[in-house]
Amino acid sequence: MPELTSFAEEINRAQHQSMEQDSNMLSFGLGIDDPKGIFGTTSGLSDTFGPKRVFDMPTAENAMTGIGIGAAIAGSRVLMTHQRLDFFLLAMDQLVNNAAKWHYMFNGQMKVPISIRLIIGRGWGQGPTHAQNLQSWFAHVPGLKVVVPSRTENAAQQLYQAIMDDNPVLFIEHRWLHQQSCKSLNTVCLEQRLENTQVVRSGKSVTLVANSYMLLEALRAAECLADEGIDCEVIDTAGLHQIDWPVIQTSVKKTGHLLVCDSARKEFSCGAEIIANLSENCFSDLKRAPLRLGLPDYPEPTSYGLTHCFYPSAHNIASKVSELLRREIGANTYTSLKTSGHHDVPGSWFKGPF
Amino acid sequence: MIELNDLYHQMLRIRLVEEAIASRYHEQKMRCPTHLSIGQEAVAVGVSSALTIDDKVYSSHRAHAHYIAKGGSIDKLIAELYGKKTGCTGGRGGSMHLCDLDVGFMASTAIVANSIPLAVGHALHLQTQNMDAISVAYFGEGATEEGAFYESLNFAVVKSLPVLFVCENNRYSVYSALDARQPKSRNIANLAKAIGANSVELDGNDVMAVAEATEETKASILSGQGPVLLECHTYRQREHCGPNYDDDLNYRPAEEVEYWLRRDPLVLAEEQLPPTFSKDDVKALILPEVEQAFSLAETAEFPSIEQNAEYLYA
Repeated sequence: MPELTSFAEEINRAQHQSMEQDSNMLSFGLGIDDPKGIFGTTSGLSDTFGPKRVFDMPTAENAMTGIGIGAAIAGSRVLMTHQRLDFFLLAMDQLVNNAAKWHYMFNGQMKVPISIRLIIGRGWGQGPTHAQNLQSWFAHVPGLKVVVPSRTENAAQQLYQAIMDDNPVLFIEHRWLHQQSCKSLNTVCLEQRLENTQVVRSGKSVTLVANSYMLLEALRAAECLADEGIDCEVIDTAGLHQIDWPVIQTSVKKTGHLLVCDSARKEFSCGAEIIANLSENCFSDLKRAPLRLGLPDYPEPTSYGLTHCFYPSAHNIASKVSELLRREIGANTYTSLKTSGHHDVPGSWFKGPF
Repeated sequence: MIELNDLYHQMLRIRLVEEAIASRYHEQKMRCPTHLSIGQEAVAVGVSSALTIDDKVYSSHRAHAHYIAKGGSIDKLIAELYGKKTGCTGGRGGSMHLCDLDVGFMASTAIVANSIPLAVGHALHLQTQNMDAISVAYFGEGATEEGAFYESLNFAVVKSLPVLFVCENNRYSVYSALDARQPKSRNIANLAKAIGANSVELDGNDVMAVAEATEETKASILSGQGPVLLECHTYRQREHCGPNYDDDLNYRPAEEVEYWLRRDPLVLAEEQLPPTFSKDDVKALILPEVEQAFSLAETAEFPSIEQNAEYLYA
């Protein structure tokens, strides 16, 4: 076993493991067996399991989603992959009217074990229609499960659990996570049940709630703020369909301060739901009004010149924490949170085009 | 061997069930949108005569005939219309979401064309598992205007899937006539051919013709020759949704309505039946069954509202 493993490798491992385990599992998506293997996340699947079980598909997102649902109803276990979430919008009828409602509408007589990987782009000119995180849309529909991974340690476990779930699950991967890595020894066992809401860093000064790429920013901010004596508790909301509210409520009772770092548009968001719940249930525990960060209420522009401030970063998180706690934060801390290089790439390894 | 007597019996059974629904609909106890199949029974009965219990069926909003012809329980159908616990989905789905898994009637759905991909997906499963059965998608000609139809047919052809597409062309999408929706030159059977499927165009009110075409077609699908589309010309006799006749609204030419009423599938079959055949005898067999379904539905309990949140997740 290599010492380090990447997020993309973990995503790949979960698919190999589940296809190996369930011989009724099918996997398809545009480009799933092409030379690039969807950023390496599907490489090797077709060779290992054959073209009957792993196959490329027509550019027909809506019907192919329905075909996946039909196969799942019939007894297959299905995984679909979309290189960008935005293209999956063509499939809303099948997702919302069929997948989400099937088990309920037919009174529990049938189930739909389908999971759908959706990758969100960011930066390098992804622009208005290649960078949307519509997690709150999906979380709004009863009957769907929405899993948004963040950390490499959990990525394989979370995808494996999504695939093995007998319900429709949307698995929303941020493209910028694919290259991050962790120690292979630290990966969570695949069979371990998915925790929808998890404290990933404990602290007592302020509660930061985040998911997807924003969780990494929150953890980075938390680390630097610790040097200032600000002790952040960071909570990962990986499963948006059923947030484990007591986890966040307990944290807020302890810290008295809440900042939600949404990875999508701020208004009408999952972040808004979290603030609503905590305001309803922990109003007297909050020492100040809760705050939130999120994306602006306009689409992501394409130009390098227009995207400087589009995505909130660890720097913005630190500044919000300062506002929330009414505490000045030292210039050194802010400096250490500044990223060097281009703002529109996750690291120097990223050379585009997508 | 397909016998016209049997096919007629099946058609009459569907007709009597739906006429009973129509005559009691005004009582306001069946409180859900209901799309009657009256006039279109020959397609469902003809197709089902060639199917076995292993063949799986998906349908659309106008599904009563498909459900009954496949063997779906009449008791469960009527109870469903009454919204009762004993209904085929326990009151969750109503007339537009029927289901009887015991006989291979998988589901009907309400959104136009949205069950076609499901039938194709079911066929993908049958093919992957090397099962000797086919999947059937029933839909109207309106569904052929939806993208899901093209996408599904295309994939079925690419993979040579064991699926039968049955298009009931009744010429109207609610009140919208074909000329507002499709070019004059359109022929759905030819369109399917151009996509690469085999297809047959036929008189959907001639039950024997539908039965024979389905039998042949099913054999060709099972022998691996790919999906087939049957375009069946037929006519809905009553309003799009509900129990009444609505030709006082003049949305269909009077001559056209008269033509199709003369070509009622039961009337056409009666002309072919031997003189010894007694419609009254068959009716006497069916009516108690219908009566029983309604009395069971009337007396059944409503499902418990306490269980409304059940089955959100499997």
